[in-house]
Amino acid sequence: MTTFLTYIASGLAVGASFALIGSGFVVVHRVTNVVNFTQGTLTVLGGLISYSLLSMAIPHGLGEVAAVLIAAVAGLLVGLVTLSRPGTPAFVALLVTLGLSFLGTAIIILVWGQNPVSPPGIEGSIAFGSVSIESQRVLIVVVTLAVFGAMWLFFERTDLGRAMSAAASNQRAARLVGIDVRRMGLAAFAIAGALGGLAGVLLAPTLPLSVYSDLPLALSGFAAAVFGGLSSPGRTLIGAMVLGVSGQLVAGYINGSFQTQLALVMMLVVMIARHRSLTTEEAK
Amino acid sequence: MLHIRDLVVTYGAATALDGVSLDVEAGEMVALVGPNGAGKTTTLNAISGVVPTASGTIENGGRSAQVPEGRQLFADLSVDDNLRLGAWRMPRRDRNTERVYAVMPDLRPLRRQRAGLLSGGQQQMVAIGRALMARPDVLLIDELSLGLAPLIAARLIEHLREINRDEGTTILLVEQEVDLAFDLCSRAYVIEAGRVVAEGPTDVLRADPQLAAIYLGTAMTRSETP
Repeated sequence: MTTFLTYIASGLAVGASFALIGSGFVVVHRVTNVVNFTQGTLTVLGGLISYSLLSMAIPHGLGEVAAVLIAAVAGLLVGLVTLSRPGTPAFVALLVTLGLSFLGTAIIILVWGQNPVSPPGIEGSIAFGSVSIESQRVLIVVVTLAVFGAMWLFFERTDLGRAMSAAASNQRAARLVGIDVRRMGLAAFAIAGALGGLAGVLLAPTLPLSVYSDLPLALSGFAAAVFGGLSSPGRTLIGAMVLGVSGQLVAGYINGSFQTQLALVMMLVVMIARHRSLTTEEAK
Repeated sequence: MLHIRDLVVTYGAATALDGVSLDVEAGEMVALVGPNGAGKTTTLNAISGVVPTASGTIENGGRSAQVPEGRQLFADLSVDDNLRLGAWRMPRRDRNTERVYAVMPDLRPLRRQRAGLLSGGQQQMVAIGRALMARPDVLLIDELSLGLAPLIAARLIEHLREINRDEGTTILLVEQEVDLAFDLCSRAYVIEAGRVVAEGPTDVLRADPQLAAIYLGTAMTRSETP
């Protein structure tokens, strides 16, 4: 039983980081209708930068925050390139982000090489009854829940958040009421960069990251985002948790190498189930 | 309030407006009518500044807000959020939606509903309300009655009359249903193929046989399709 609960707990922590990555996809897609394939690269980048900053003896806290901010700037740069030509169809923009992701991969290999690195996180563990969980994993869950709460408040309760949603909902009307659609898109990319960076910063101490972590992380985050219809942060969180927990259970009881396949299967199931609603949404 | 002189707008090689001049005085309600593709929407878009002008001048003595053709609401957002965003250019304290509910009380119980789920008439009310949130001196309305039952359209016209009377808002109305437009407005411009072909008080234009000739065709085909 303790083993089972441990799998559940670590699954929630892994799921939380998927949720952060997935919410990056959601924020960009919600505002610009673009699927941003640099999301995994930005996540790895966040983890690697925090590793470098912390190993340069920059104090804890400051190093992590700086890494998130740098990832946000990287996200903004991706947005600047992707949205540079007004009227670019979303699927073309998707390819642009894919290209930028390759570029990012090359840069990461040049700067950090190909070996996985792991910055120090919080030491120790916290006991919940018979289950003992690493403090870093608890931190991931707590921070993720806080970020999702903040995101909900931002999109539902602030006019800037509403304007970002409006830009996605109807670009023509957004322009007519004076919303700068491009600027909203850039803000979304920057937020996505910060979310990806945060996921990397939080995840790296428990899971060493390298350039090869990009694809599996992006896939898991994307699967969670697809679960949320690429537009709902709340459902993305649920999808990520389901994926994280089931991944840990599969790894624990069956085989660890099945985790990526699990994400793909989940995406497939969701896409078949949602096929009707997705196609009608696209028809609009 | 609004003075347009020799306005020319081109889309690539096509000329949408070919020297349009019109004047709307403060507090007036003026109709802009004409067949499909005459340049009515382009005129409004030029005033709103969302299409570039090739030549001519637009002198706007106040702030304008447009109710676009097809309502163009933010379908995924609530009614209240749609209204708030109408005041996006305004300072935060001027984004209170209460003033719209005071004018159109029917919207109040719908405030939390998603705008995309409303009926056509309700959506048009939201579109008017969203434009009102920008506290316009001139309200530019594109195809008020399109796709709406006559009774609903008449109710919206009544709202516009109130808005004009109570808030002193000037109205420039583009409308296919000439009778509806002429009931509301005291003056009208008729445009065809990017030019003003007739203008004057609506009761004079209504009796104009030439105008009837331009519109008889559309009027007949429209009455055939319920």
